[in-house]
Amino acid sequence: MISPFSFVGSKVAGACRSCADVCAYIGESVCAFGGILFHPSRFRAGDFFLAFQRAAFDGLVITSGIGLLLGLILAFESAAALRMFGAEVYVSDLLAIGLFRELGPLVTAIVLAGRSGSAFAAEIGTMKVDEELDALTTMGLSPVRFLVPPRVAAAVLAMPILTVFAELAGLAGGAGVLSLMGVPFEVFVEHVTDSTGLFAVVFGLVKGALFGLAIGMVGCYAGMRAKSTADAVGVAATSAVVSGIVSIALIDGLLAVLCYICGV
Amino acid sequence: MEKQTMIQLQNVDAGYPGAVILENISFNVFKGEIFILLGGSGCGKSTVMKHMIGLNPVLSGNLRVAGLEWDFDTRTELCRKIGVMFQSGALFGSMTCLENVMLPIREFTSSKKRACCERAMQLLRDVELEDAADKMPSEISGGMRKRVAIARAMALDPEIVFLDEPSAGLDPITSAALDDLILKLRAEKGMTFVIVTHELDSIFKIADRCAMFDKSRRAMIALGRPQELKHKSEDAFVKRFFNRGSE
Repeated sequence: MISPFSFVGSKVAGACRSCADVCAYIGESVCAFGGILFHPSRFRAGDFFLAFQRAAFDGLVITSGIGLLLGLILAFESAAALRMFGAEVYVSDLLAIGLFRELGPLVTAIVLAGRSGSAFAAEIGTMKVDEELDALTTMGLSPVRFLVPPRVAAAVLAMPILTVFAELAGLAGGAGVLSLMGVPFEVFVEHVTDSTGLFAVVFGLVKGALFGLAIGMVGCYAGMRAKSTADAVGVAATSAVVSGIVSIALIDGLLAVLCYICGV
Repeated sequence: MEKQTMIQLQNVDAGYPGAVILENISFNVFKGEIFILLGGSGCGKSTVMKHMIGLNPVLSGNLRVAGLEWDFDTRTELCRKIGVMFQSGALFGSMTCLENVMLPIREFTSSKKRACCERAMQLLRDVELEDAADKMPSEISGGMRKRVAIARAMALDPEIVFLDEPSAGLDPITSAALDDLILKLRAEKGMTFVIVTHELDSIFKIADRCAMFDKSRRAMIALGRPQELKHKSEDAFVKRFFNRGSE
């Protein structure tokens, strides 16, 4: 029987090893990106375009669809409350601020984590099971340098694009609901532009890019650390989605605190 | 004249942290030799090969490849001296066969793309697969994938080529053709081959020497020429193993 001390000790040692592993991965990734800055020819453009196409273009419809539904739901729910005060028109302000600053990037990131984060993990996990990562290592090539930068760059660039589409679709949904309630489209647009400054829009896009960075890094990490067993790819994909969403929430929380401290 | 030692194992314990699979293994592999790591399934022959190619460190003992020990400083140099073909071929699915073979050439030489391409085509010609150059790995058969993987392993003219179960999953004709290819490459290029297999026909055809491992004793139980082991070994396991196949 394992004593409580050895149980706790093994858990702590395991956690320390995981932390060291994550730090090594981040360090190696930073070196890989740094190496690409000095030797751009090392960047695997083919892999990047493929990952970008799958993350951005193939995800446009679902992201826009979810954005549209989000706008509809938000507009209906908030209109029900604001109507009691005769203030339905302010639904457009709420929608604009909510979508640009928070919900647009957040919902897009969750969709990307489910689609691309899991895909990165499954793809790299399958390569690991097929010994392709071992083949790279024995050739003297770093699997991190070879596999991570194209996928992370694709996720970072895809996120702002998808976010813009989700936000526009959300606004379109909200505009549709408000027009049913008798708020003219011109008034809707006027309230949206008045309530949203350039900072909110840019902040949302930067936040989206940060989410993309986290999703890409977490997805690739989950794939690299997959075991060489039959169920390993499924486990890696699940881990990528869960860890991706947790990391999105953490980054979002940190940015919220930062904005509060800075008063923006 | 004394033979040049390419791989030296002295009192090596093979396995993974917390799990010793083979204990106290010692043998040498000489230049130009076709050396077979032999044994039943799960006996640790692939594990020994993983130590040799630097994927896992040995648990204890001394392992030298081309006169060097695997560590951070020697890794790059050693990777240039070895070529590895994995059991599944381990070709990159997003690249054509030609691109797979070109990859190490482009990464480690300063040659122009055209020169890399010509060198890769020559390697594909050596394994009689020039027609498959533009095909994706998913479009060719298992035997062809292994030959492309051999071409990739030979891309940088390594001193030692490691092959993990080259005949596994292949029909007898393709398997025999692969044996012929290994013999041809050894004759033409003088490379040292270390091969993990338990295909007796293949062993008798190509092996100069072999080391045999036994799972239950966690040890190397025989070392020598396959014909000698078959006819002269006193070990019951070795006799049983070799008498199941034909010489």
